Amino acid sequence: MDGIRDCGADAFWPFPYMSSTISSAAMPVIKQTAMEPSISVEQHGASDKGLVATMRNQRWQDFLFHKVTLLFALTVLLMLVGIIISLAVGAWPAFREFGLSFITTVEWDPVNDKYGGLIAIVGTLVTSLIALVIAFPLSFGIALFLTEICPVWLRRPLGTAVELLAGVPSIIYGMWGLFVFAPLFGDYVQPLLAHTLGQLPVVGQLFKGPMMGIGILTAGLILSVMIIPFISSVMRDVFEVVPAVLKESAYGLGCTKWEVVRKIVLPYTKNGVVGGVMLGLGRALGETMAVTFVIGNAQHLSWSLFAPGNSIASTLANEFAEAESTLHVSSLFALGLILFAITFIVLSAAKLMLIGMSRKEGVK
Amino acid sequence: MMSGTPSNPVYRKRLWMHRIGIAMSFFAMAVGLSFLMWILATLFINGVKALNPGMLTQSTPAPGSEGGGLMNAIVGSLMMVGASTAISTPIGIFAGIYLAEYGERSMIAKVTRFVTDIMLSAPSIVIGLFVYAVYVANVKHFSGWAGTFAISLIAIPVVVRTTDNMLRLVPNSLLEAAFALGAPRWKVATMVRLRAVKAGVMTGILLALARVSGETAPLLFTALNNQFFSANMNAPLANLPVVIFQFAMSPYDNWRSLAWGGALLVTFSVLALNILSRTLFQQKIQG
Repeated sequence: MDGIRDCGADAFWPFPYMSSTISSAAMPVIKQTAMEPSISVEQHGASDKGLVATMRNQRWQDFLFHKVTLLFALTVLLMLVGIIISLAVGAWPAFREFGLSFITTVEWDPVNDKYGGLIAIVGTLVTSLIALVIAFPLSFGIALFLTEICPVWLRRPLGTAVELLAGVPSIIYGMWGLFVFAPLFGDYVQPLLAHTLGQLPVVGQLFKGPMMGIGILTAGLILSVMIIPFISSVMRDVFEVVPAVLKESAYGLGCTKWEVVRKIVLPYTKNGVVGGVMLGLGRALGETMAVTFVIGNAQHLSWSLFAPGNSIASTLANEFAEAESTLHVSSLFALGLILFAITFIVLSAAKLMLIGMSRKEGVK
Repeated sequence: MMSGTPSNPVYRKRLWMHRIGIAMSFFAMAVGLSFLMWILATLFINGVKALNPGMLTQSTPAPGSEGGGLMNAIVGSLMMVGASTAISTPIGIFAGIYLAEYGERSMIAKVTRFVTDIMLSAPSIVIGLFVYAVYVANVKHFSGWAGTFAISLIAIPVVVRTTDNMLRLVPNSLLEAAFALGAPRWKVATMVRLRAVKAGVMTGILLALARVSGETAPLLFTALNNQFFSANMNAPLANLPVVIFQFAMSPYDNWRSLAWGGALLVTFSVLALNILSRTLFQQKIQG
């Protein structure tokens, strides 16, 4: 401590315990080099009046700048609050009419003005679940390849290629799905699934039914291709954060690469992996155009995955522009509110998990 | 990799688990890449058939009539995307400046950052619903301005996040040098900090542009669509994504062919913007 007191480092930080080494005459000088013009004009003479005026102006400008940028930053918050309020206001008539049973009713009857959201909600959840189940192992494999196996010169091009999957607009996925993927799926893959998995006792129910190519399973598959880049990019980021020391000590003990990933990298990045998966889920829940093309737009619920169905987003896309009665419009708003609520909860959970992961980033 | 099979059965089993795992990882990468190439190839093959000068000079054809083009849709899309970039860029940059400058201690900044990241992945159709409820239902007609409003709301979080991330990369020593010379905070924030990461912020704007060019859902019930050529932003405006949506699911051959052509145009511009923003940014980092 004595060494610190003796050196001149205290010129920048007038710490309390060093005050005895700083003369009282020096203290006002240190205060003056800060941003606040706490000197009076008389202390420095009339020639510095311009300087004081400039500093006063600058305080004003800084104050204005702070307020203006704060205003713009608040627009994002305002957006969120506005969305929630407008959806709630629009959905109110439907909830007043049907109550909370709106969520569990299967009917969707524009002719008789009776609406229930279960078909759309189930469709959304089932397609997203299928997408997740398929995309998770694929994204894990891709992230593993890009971080551990790929030679360094190949990493950027391949990584960019995977990111391009995220850049392709969703309507392109819909068109490709409807015109190219669905016919092939219906002609070759669906009969195969019906013959193999469809024969099993309980699971078989999922794979029976008309093999049209479009339906809930197809929508889930196309969604999985869409969310692969999101999940794999988050996984890549968290895999790269693992300290090299941990991996090297595992290799030093004779672990194979696969064992290092399974037993060292994955447990370390658990939070990040879960966060990435939930981010992909959040994306899949809200996807509109790709699903609208291939889900078949049928308002009925069935056990078979081959059957056409509906998701919240596709219901909105198909029916909103032509909805007539206020109850129809309001029911669509109610569906939108439910979708937004589900997505908001899933994405918040994902963000919280990823924040937990970024805390580990500084660990050496 | 170990050469020759080890004699110990435990080692053998571990080696096989490793080989299977690595093979599955190769397989996953191959699957991902092949889907990408399949989609792009399909798009290219089907879209090139529709490309001809008429596509850029004629308006969308009526149901059943021959020929036609996508000019009104292209013009409408360009107008809406341009207007939304003009709106979202300043808002996004200023908000990003607030988050970077005052973000360490302010609770509002932390909450805003959280909410921005959520809005990035929020369903775009809900944004369309919001704009419908707030704007279209009140003025009682669809319009290009409503569509612009909707896609600005999608572009703003992208610009905010990129600007915020870029600004936080500026080294503290640079800022402290500016402060030491007596610069007020707003000058340091704009003339020093923002200027240092100009290229990165441009990347953010290009990425927002790319994202917004392909969005269909928010335009479905805000700008609607227009069969004829119109440059009136205050009325339903033709735009490429909604035209593609309408034409793709129709029974007419020339409509479907135009849909593929439009899809090729949209994808090409989105991917070009993505790649452009990446190379621009890489150059600035190395140069």
